[in-house]
Amino acid sequence: MLEGRVFKFGDNIDTDLIIPARYLNTSDPAELARHCMENVDPTFASRVRPGDIIVAGTNFGCGSSREHAPVAIKAAGVACVVARSFARIFYRNAFNVGLPILECAETDNIPAGSRLQVDLTNGRIRVVDSGQEYQARPVPPFMQEIVAAEGLIPYVKARLGK
Amino acid sequence: MGRVPPQTVTQKILAAHAGKEFVEPGELVSAKVDVLLANDITAPLAIREFERIGVQVFDPAAVVMVPDHFTPNKDIKSAEQAKVVRDFARRHGLPNYYEVGRMGIEHCLLPEQGLVVPGDVIIGADSHTCTYGALGAFATGVGSTDLAAAMALGETWFKVPESLKFVFAGRPGPWVGGKDLILYAIGQIGVEGALYCAMEFTGPVIDGLSMDGRFTICNMAVEAGAKNGIIPPDEKTEAYVQGRGQRPYKLFKSDPDAAYKKVYKYDVTDLEPCVAFPHSPDNVRPVSEAGDVKIDQVVIGSCTNGRLEDLRVAAKVLGGRQVHKDVRLIIIPCTQEIYRQALKEGLIETFIAAGAAVSTPTCGPCLGGHMGVLAKGERAVATTNRNFIGRMGHPESEVYLANPAVAAASAIAGWIVSPEGVR
Repeated sequence: MLEGRVFKFGDNIDTDLIIPARYLNTSDPAELARHCMENVDPTFASRVRPGDIIVAGTNFGCGSSREHAPVAIKAAGVACVVARSFARIFYRNAFNVGLPILECAETDNIPAGSRLQVDLTNGRIRVVDSGQEYQARPVPPFMQEIVAAEGLIPYVKARLGK
Repeated sequence: MGRVPPQTVTQKILAAHAGKEFVEPGELVSAKVDVLLANDITAPLAIREFERIGVQVFDPAAVVMVPDHFTPNKDIKSAEQAKVVRDFARRHGLPNYYEVGRMGIEHCLLPEQGLVVPGDVIIGADSHTCTYGALGAFATGVGSTDLAAAMALGETWFKVPESLKFVFAGRPGPWVGGKDLILYAIGQIGVEGALYCAMEFTGPVIDGLSMDGRFTICNMAVEAGAKNGIIPPDEKTEAYVQGRGQRPYKLFKSDPDAAYKKVYKYDVTDLEPCVAFPHSPDNVRPVSEAGDVKIDQVVIGSCTNGRLEDLRVAAKVLGGRQVHKDVRLIIIPCTQEIYRQALKEGLIETFIAAGAAVSTPTCGPCLGGHMGVLAKGERAVATTNRNFIGRMGHPESEVYLANPAVAAASAIAGWIVSPEGVR
């Protein structure tokens, strides 16, 4: 069970907002984390604490294929991203780098700054103060296998008998 | 054995690469990949992950690496990243590594060099990999780790997408090109209008488009959230591939009774050139409704609109005219071959005489990397593909997306105008 403070964002949060291309001359996670969400909220990187949770609207992670986006979010300490929907490349990338993400239709109702509990095993989401609960869409079984293997690379290694 | 149910071109290509006769939308398949692509930004991450697996590349000829984003290296960190790619290509004997001076912007270079052909499955660690759908191939963007896994396995997993069909009919006006058709479609359906779907482009207007115009359309499918854009191949596709294709190709077409999630029919007879206003590619207006938008910079180039036809259109507008004194016009031919051809045709002479800066191929300004980064408050008209906040530089700068004719005309006028609006 994860529990963290909610940072709220809107619809169509693109990868240039998550990590601007001007910082892509490195792939160092700690360096990327320092500029995470800079184009949408320059204070985010200094305010976010380990375990915090991003809650957003539709099409989160649209735009570029840069894996630096989920890497930056994860390295910033974010425990989980809950959005109404994800852009498809970001969706795959998040699983591949081990950033938990959940799709939930009711993210509009989750207040910014609230404490949120997320159970990744069954997709139950609970706002601590109000006790209000929401159900995320189940993670497809194939993606669960990747999560269980702790990422795509260990999954491939196991398959190749390495 | 019953008859195989009807399928779209996207289904057929995925089925063929999954060793099946039929695949249905929603089904997860493991498919062989013909070509894998990465660039100087995405390859270093892919290489780091690939080396954790500890195997050889499944087929060195299938892995294409093109340092095109921050090259010629813009700073020391970029140089270090490009070196990681170069060293890996040498170590693994990749024949399709393209060095500065012999390269191009990846999505223009790969079709031009015949590395991607009709019927292929192509994955690239770059979202605009969907460009190759113009050849009647299945091509989609992936992240670096997906690419790394496929470099080891020679295959990857896909959820077979539902298809959206776009039928373009009518007689488009003289300055309307592929860019306007795709901007119009994105304006209609929105930036998540094709989320997880294939966008299949058909109709007499698509039939009449050059290959360059078709690449532009498929290039921006991702801007509507699509997994891939695709144009069923015809005689123009074959004429393009013959003489340059490096592998045998196969033509797949949609069955007439294939199922589509939705069909959009557009008559583009009265369509004007389109402009996508900040900060979203779906914020589209006809150029006549652009209003008074004074500009500081114009960029003509990128994987969207840096091909020969685009440069010819720009030269037609710029010929004998001067760039406005308050505007910087940057023109970037997207491959070395196109640059040379533009020299031969006198296009580069026209550009320089008009007061433009002409650059060696690079993605540079499109993503605010180098070669034309915007200051706070500046505005640019660009033939590129994204106008997100901060895309070309300062978070308080603005990008307006347009076709090469509108971009060239705006460079002369100093504000956004159609080519008919310049004397």
